[in-house]
Amino acid sequence: MKQMRPYASGAIAIALGTVIFVLPFVFIALQAVKSKSEASRLDFTLPEKWLLWDNLAAVFKARDYQLVLAYFNSTLITVVSVTILILFSAMVGYVMQRRRTRWNAVASGALFMGLMMPPAVVPTIGLLQDIGLFKTITGMILIQVAYNLSFSTLLYRSFISTIPRDLDEAALIDGARAWQIFFRVILPLLKPVTVTNIVVQSIAIFNDFTNPLYYLPGKENVTVQLTLYNFQSMYTSQYNLLFMNILLVTVPPLIVFIFFNRQIVAGMTAGAVKG
Amino acid sequence: MTETRLRSRKSPYPLWFFLPAAAVYGVLFVVPTVSSFWFSLTRWDLSTAEFTGLENFRQFFSEPFLIKALVNTLIYALTTSGLKTICGLLLAVLLSGNIFARGFLRTLVFFPVLVSAIGIGITFSVMMHPTKGIINVMLATLAIPGPGWLTNPALALFSVALVDLWKGVGLATLIFIAGLAAISPDYYEAARIDGATRSQQFWRITLPLVRPATITVITLSLIGGLRSFDLIWAMTRGGPGFSSDVIASVIYKQYQAGFYGLSTAGNVILFALIATIILPLTLWLNRRGAEQ
Repeated sequence: MKQMRPYASGAIAIALGTVIFVLPFVFIALQAVKSKSEASRLDFTLPEKWLLWDNLAAVFKARDYQLVLAYFNSTLITVVSVTILILFSAMVGYVMQRRRTRWNAVASGALFMGLMMPPAVVPTIGLLQDIGLFKTITGMILIQVAYNLSFSTLLYRSFISTIPRDLDEAALIDGARAWQIFFRVILPLLKPVTVTNIVVQSIAIFNDFTNPLYYLPGKENVTVQLTLYNFQSMYTSQYNLLFMNILLVTVPPLIVFIFFNRQIVAGMTAGAVKG
Repeated sequence: MTETRLRSRKSPYPLWFFLPAAAVYGVLFVVPTVSSFWFSLTRWDLSTAEFTGLENFRQFFSEPFLIKALVNTLIYALTTSGLKTICGLLLAVLLSGNIFARGFLRTLVFFPVLVSAIGIGITFSVMMHPTKGIINVMLATLAIPGPGWLTNPALALFSVALVDLWKGVGLATLIFIAGLAAISPDYYEAARIDGATRSQQFWRITLPLVRPATITVITLSLIGGLRSFDLIWAMTRGGPGFSSDVIASVIYKQYQAGFYGLSTAGNVILFALIATIILPLTLWLNRRGAEQ
């Protein structure tokens, strides 16, 4: 009997884990393929009629193809801000790790504040209005860069300490200029942490709801998380479409997760433990 | 000749590399943060600000529903942080041991971290429906009367905190798994030879040695809990009444209502709250870690 205990506890753990962590996702998928009246019962049954394509089409067509526009906006914001983030934070992490000056203390303080402190939203809106970037995709991109710089820089700074300085010196002796050392020698060597940064930051920015809610109002600027938020009030009687929308918004992170599982895990732990 | 001399004097690590990041961060994060201290002292409509001294703060601390939001913020942060630390550590111990389908279970626990808070919030608010929601339907089959998870004012904040735990425990677990992996198996072997029980091994070896990970989890989840907005907003909008309002949702509501000065004062209170909790905590935790 005693030998059976590890197996029994294992089986219980798997059963519980499945119920707690899988059931909500199965629930989302089930509601998404039901008819309107069936989904309104909110129960956990298989649909009588599978309406995957009908619901999919209905969600995409809603409000003049708003979801298509939202996917475009979200993708644009994510791709551009992650690209800028990678470049800026790698540069900062590199110089912070390599050169000891009094600016390091300032930069470290700024990083710490950026990780900890909530942004002052209304003054930021006022400022964005003054410089003409409120309600613009450009403004949103710059906000995402500013808010996520600290985390990316920390990842780069700790990784750069593992690259030997001999490489910089060798390049210097070969006559490379400062920017050439960075862009030709160092940046290619940062690839593993760059991948981590890309994955972690794209998911964070794609999933962001609060910042677009504040800085990007207006239906021409809608992002995928905002469509979900708008549909929540619009579709209270059409749960099938609401859940189809949730399903569609969950698909991109799911794909990223399947392909980059290991990098996400490595990046999350590295960033978290050192932060 | 002169060129080589010049170049050898110049550092290969130019300070201008700081500039692009500093420009964006300075303009969009530092300037608003600093100016928020001024705007919190004004009646403000985004174009003209009229200085009113501490009027916004006086109002904040005299409105019962705003005090309630402050208390709720603390309750929410402490609850989610405590639960994530305890559950994360237990799950990590379980998922670091010799358990069937370990990789699959780790993936399972971590996946909700990646899903958007809005999607999860909507899903759970449907599943927590008092009569039709599957949680209460399942409880009913076990003859347990399910509560109004989000409709009962005494319960709403804790229901959201539970969903926050569900969504965030994967990250805590992951950090603990990394921390556990760094503990040398020699300690456990020596303890087993000395006849230590499993619970003794946990309290005397695992818990002290996993300390850096514990500090990280507590700090991260406290900061996240104090700032949390999206899950609460998606699930309850601060309701019923003001029973699940937190500072972040008050900031949004006051902004929506056009009380920009008051909203900014809420922000300053949130800064102060985070600074007074996290700074001493970080110093204290790290000092105790260094003494050991």
